[in-house]
Amino acid sequence: MQKEAAIREPLILGHKSYHDVTEDVCRPIEDKAPRMWYILFGIALIIALYGIGCIVYLLGTGIGVWGLNKTIGWAWDITNFVWWVGIGHAGTLISAVLLLFRQKWRMAINRSAEAMTIFAVFMAGLFPLIHMGRLWVGYWVLPLPNQFGSLWVNFNSPLLWDVFAISTYLSVSLVFWYIGLIPDFATIRDRAKKPVSKKMYSILSFGWSGRAKHWNRFETVSLVLAGLATPLVFSVHSIVSFDFATSIVPGWHTTIFPPYFVAGAVFSGFAMVQTLLLVMRKAMGLEAYIHTKHIEYMNIVIMVTGSIVGTAYITELFISWYSGVEYEAYAFLNRATGPYWWAYWSMMTCNVISPQLMWIRKLRRSLLFTFFISIVVNIGMWFERYVIIVTSIHRDYLPSAWSMHYPSHIDIGVYIGTIGIFFVFFLLFARYFPVLALNEIKTILKGSGQSYKEAPDYHKHH
Amino acid sequence: MAEKVIYVMYDDEEVLKDGAKSLVSKGIKIAEVFSPFPIHGIDPIIGIKNTRLGIMAFLYGLTGLMLATVGMRFFMVTDWPMNIGGKPNFSYLENMLAFVPVTFEFTVLCAAHGMAITYLLANKTLPGMPAQNPDPRTTDDRFVMEIRISDNLNLS
Repeated sequence: MQKEAAIREPLILGHKSYHDVTEDVCRPIEDKAPRMWYILFGIALIIALYGIGCIVYLLGTGIGVWGLNKTIGWAWDITNFVWWVGIGHAGTLISAVLLLFRQKWRMAINRSAEAMTIFAVFMAGLFPLIHMGRLWVGYWVLPLPNQFGSLWVNFNSPLLWDVFAISTYLSVSLVFWYIGLIPDFATIRDRAKKPVSKKMYSILSFGWSGRAKHWNRFETVSLVLAGLATPLVFSVHSIVSFDFATSIVPGWHTTIFPPYFVAGAVFSGFAMVQTLLLVMRKAMGLEAYIHTKHIEYMNIVIMVTGSIVGTAYITELFISWYSGVEYEAYAFLNRATGPYWWAYWSMMTCNVISPQLMWIRKLRRSLLFTFFISIVVNIGMWFERYVIIVTSIHRDYLPSAWSMHYPSHIDIGVYIGTIGIFFVFFLLFARYFPVLALNEIKTILKGSGQSYKEAPDYHKHH
Repeated sequence: MAEKVIYVMYDDEEVLKDGAKSLVSKGIKIAEVFSPFPIHGIDPIIGIKNTRLGIMAFLYGLTGLMLATVGMRFFMVTDWPMNIGGKPNFSYLENMLAFVPVTFEFTVLCAAHGMAITYLLANKTLPGMPAQNPDPRTTDDRFVMEIRISDNLNLS
C-alpha cells in the first residue's frame, strides 16, 4: 500500500469501502435511465439523423453542395476534422502520459476521457472520407495491389501519413480502452441479475478471471501500451499539422506548427473533458470521485497548454514580420485586419485571454466558471482552425483569385450533425459502460481515500 | 474425479498478503489468488514470475518496423518509382526522412495490436468465454486464495 503526503487533498471523498465503489459505478447502469437521459438522447439522435441526412445528400450530389470555390478548396470540412482530432487528444494523454507520470487523479477521469477520444476521432475520420466525394473508393488510400499498374499510394505525402497516423491512433486507443474495460465488465457481469444483461456483459468481459497472473499481465500491458501511446499522441497531431506546414501557402508554411498544434489539441481536449464531466458527475452522482481537485488539476493543464498556444500565436505574428517575406507578413496582417478579423479576434480572446484567468485559484476551483470557460475554449479552438485554414488561402499570391468563403446549409448541417452523432455515442457509453475505472479506483482507495487519510494510524509504519 | 481445492476468502488484500506469507513459510503451496484489482506485492509471495509480454511487444514492434521499411522500399523505389517534387526516387536511404512518420506509426500499430492479441490469448480471455472466477464476489470486494490438495500432499 502506497502512502502519500497528508497535505494532499484526498482523491476519493467520503467513507467508501470497496463495495461502495462498485455500487456507485454500477448503479447508473443497473437502474432505469432517468428521464433526462431520454430527453438528451432524443435531442442528440435528431441532430445526428439530420447530419446523416446532409451527408447522404452530399454523397448523392457531390461536394459542390458545400460552400467551397476555386480559391478556397478546404474550409469547414478540414476545420472540423482538425477540431475533432484535437478534442480526441485529451483521452490518451490522460490515460497514457499521466500513467507514466503516476498521476493518480487520472483514474477518475481516464475511462470517460478515452471514450470521448474514440468518439471524437470517429467524427474526425468522417470528414476526409466524405470529402473524397466518392466514399466507395475510400480504400484507395491503402497500399493495396491493384490493376492500375500496380500504382501505389504516395508515401511522400503528408496526407497519406495522416491516414496512417489517424487509423493507428484510433485503433490503438480503442484497444487500450477496451483492455482496461474488461475487468470492469466482469464486475458488472457478476452482479447482473437479468439474463439478457448477464449474457451481454459476459460476452463483453471475455470471461475475465482476476487471477494474480492475469493482473500481472494486465499491468504490464497497460504500462507498455501507455509507453507506445505517449509518442503516438504527440506524433498524430504533429502529422496533422504537416498537412499544412509542408505546403508553400503563406500562413501555413511554418516550422512551429507541430508543437503548436499538439498544445492546442491538448488544450481543446481538456476543455471538452471538462464540459462532459461536469455534467456527468452531477447526473450520475459521482461527485465523491470527480471533485473540485480533479477539476482544478484539469484547469491547470488548460492554463499551461493555453499559454503555450498563446505564445505560439504571438511568435507566429512576430516571425511573419521578422522573416521579411512580404507574403507571410501580409497573410498575418490580413488575418488580424482583413475581412476575417472577427474570426481572428474571437480566437485570440477565447484562447489567449480566457485560460489566463485560471491563475486565480478561486476561479479555477469554481465549477460554473470552469464550465463556461470550457465552452469558450471549444469555440475558440474551432475558430483557430478556421483562421489558419480559410484566411490563409482566401488571399494568397494572386490577387485576381482572391475570394471569400460562405458556408452552405450542408456545411453547417454536417458539422452540427457530427456533434449529434458524438453525443449519441457518449450518452450510450454513459448508460451501458462503467464510466469510472473501477479496478483502478480501488487500488488508490487506501492511499488517497478520505476516510483512510484521516484515520489516526495512516502515517504509522506497518 | 474433480480435484479437491480449498478456497479462502478475505475482505482485505493486506490480510490476504499476511496470510499468504505465513502459509508459504510453512511450506504450503498457494495455487492461485483471485482479486478485484491488482494486489501489489502478491506475485513474489505466491511465486508468480513476471510476464514476458513486454519482450513480445518489442518483437512485434521490430516486425512492424521491418515490414514498413521493406514495403515502402518496394512501393516507392523498386516497383514504381515516381518523380514527386524532385525527391530522390532511386534510393530508399536518401528519401528516408519522408518515410519516418509511416514507419513510426506502423511500428506502434504492430507492437500494440500484437501485444494486445497475445495478452488475450495468454489469459484465455476471448469474447463469449465463460467466467473463470470461483465466486462472483471476487470482482467486487472479496479476495480469494486457492489451495489445491494435490499440490500439498506431502503435508499431513
